[in-house]
Amino acid sequence: MGGMLLCGLSIFGIVVFILTILTVNSKLSLTQFGLHFFVHSGWDPVSGDFGALPFIAGTLETSLLALAMAVPLALGVAIFLSELCPAKLRAPISFVTELLAAIPSVVYGLWAVFVLVPLMRDTLGPLLYKYLGWTHLFEGYNFGVGILTASIILAIMILPIISSITRDIMLAVPTSQREAVLALGATRWEMIRTGVLRNARIGIVGAVILGLGRALGETMAVTMVIGNHPDIAKSLFAPGYTLASVIANEFSEATGDMYLSALIEIGLALFLVTVVVNAIARALVWAVTRGTPARAS
Amino acid sequence: MSTNPFHAPPPPGDSAMLAQPPDHKSQWVRFNTVRRYLVNHLITGLAVLSTVLVIVPLVAILIYLIYMGASSLNLDFFTKIPAPVGEPGGGMANAMLGSGVVLALASLIGVPVGIAAGVYLAEFGRGKLLAGAIRFTADVLNGVPSIVMGISIYALIVKPQQHFSAFAGGVALAVMMVPTIARTTEEMLATVPHAIREAALGLGVPKWRTVLSVSLKTASPGIITGCMLAFARVAGETAPLLFTAFGNQFWSFKLTEPIAALPLQIYVYAVSPYDEWHRLAWAGSLVLIVMIMVAVTLVRVYASRGVLKGAS
Repeated sequence: MGGMLLCGLSIFGIVVFILTILTVNSKLSLTQFGLHFFVHSGWDPVSGDFGALPFIAGTLETSLLALAMAVPLALGVAIFLSELCPAKLRAPISFVTELLAAIPSVVYGLWAVFVLVPLMRDTLGPLLYKYLGWTHLFEGYNFGVGILTASIILAIMILPIISSITRDIMLAVPTSQREAVLALGATRWEMIRTGVLRNARIGIVGAVILGLGRALGETMAVTMVIGNHPDIAKSLFAPGYTLASVIANEFSEATGDMYLSALIEIGLALFLVTVVVNAIARALVWAVTRGTPARAS
Repeated sequence: MSTNPFHAPPPPGDSAMLAQPPDHKSQWVRFNTVRRYLVNHLITGLAVLSTVLVIVPLVAILIYLIYMGASSLNLDFFTKIPAPVGEPGGGMANAMLGSGVVLALASLIGVPVGIAAGVYLAEFGRGKLLAGAIRFTADVLNGVPSIVMGISIYALIVKPQQHFSAFAGGVALAVMMVPTIARTTEEMLATVPHAIREAALGLGVPKWRTVLSVSLKTASPGIITGCMLAFARVAGETAPLLFTAFGNQFWSFKLTEPIAALPLQIYVYAVSPYDEWHRLAWAGSLVLIVMIMVAVTLVRVYASRGVLKGAS
């Protein structure tokens, strides 16, 4: 019993350990730059000029774009799976979503490098420029790698997670709610809207935030297609950088204590942000599912 | 029109409508009914369409990955180490061995701690505030990016020792396994009916013995497959290994030296400019995908069978 409690407490231990060790190791840059680090946009390791703003901007840009693409589709899938789907189809489709949620990031990255990047460069990119060029979002040279490509691969990766958790939440709404609304003469959509979505909305928001948490911290696939360039660009075709990908890309070649310390501080920021985002999301999901763990998370 | 089962009262703002002559009203009702039907079908269509839009490309990606992997897999892949740059042939035997070493170490640390934590949550901590907090923290920890684990373990082990090592890689993956295994173990134990536990306790069996021989034994297939799933997931993790196990082009067996790992090798080869290396990366991905597929399938089979039926 005591040993088991100890193992349980080790989960707290992990959090405390990460927090302490990252803080201690980023002390150099924490004291040197202070909070200015997060609003400063220079990143020049040679002259010792460090600021995390380009990475914060890149992370937010890619994550929010990915959410914008993934959330409507994920909601549609969840509605289909929980309310409309014939029973026979439900098991295979949820099996595939679970499988896709478990495929390693590096494998998605591999696919993106060889399929998505050429597609973006030769087909999708020119089309976007032709029809949506007036928004000035699709300007500059289209390399195939960049913010937009990274957002698309992120959207593909968080879709299965958001849709399977949303489905679990919608299935947690009692059938009596649905029957009550149907008995009042509602059409099926009205039943879904008033009987299911309204009851499950807190949990659905939680599922979306959970997807956001995933997108913020996603490392390998993004590093492989975002172009890795520390500039805040206006165009979605431009290469960028995220918090996670700058660590993955530069950590092992970081020379000098300050460089390393700045990268660890970025890691600390990433840790704190994802902990907060996930805590909010879990609290919202738990409010609906009462603590039963969501599948494929 | 009143026989229409879809008759809905007009919205409150339209009280003037009620004062209209009856034919106006029935016209409004008819229009509204048509509108509601159309919206219903439109939304249903959109939901089906989005499912098709999601499932078809995703399945296409899966099939493409399997196809590319299968067409680049050969015996050399499993028996040889990487060939020098530019030379054809070679394989990822050392990377698979390396992954095996790192994962064995990770499981050795992560599985017992994870299962023990799960048992505490399910058997001893029911309804306690502390258990709730642990459960919540485990779920939050599951969402922390794996690269953060990587740099934490780098700072803990690699930096003081001044060199990358297989040991550090194993610890990084172990830390990632603990919260996942704790939660799946708890989930599986929660599916064991209370009556069985009460029967054991009623016979005078002590609590610890009940947990060991009744709860754990009943839930063991589920717990084992849960561990397999955690294993398969961390097997594909690249980010925590970048600065711990680091990678190695040659055979390496020592825990104190940098070691190759399958996902690391895939990453390096995917971003390299050589066709031969790309081929190896596809083959390596297939190995990871097959592992994941087996684990996910087994979990589904066990989660829907026997005692565990009807739960979760």
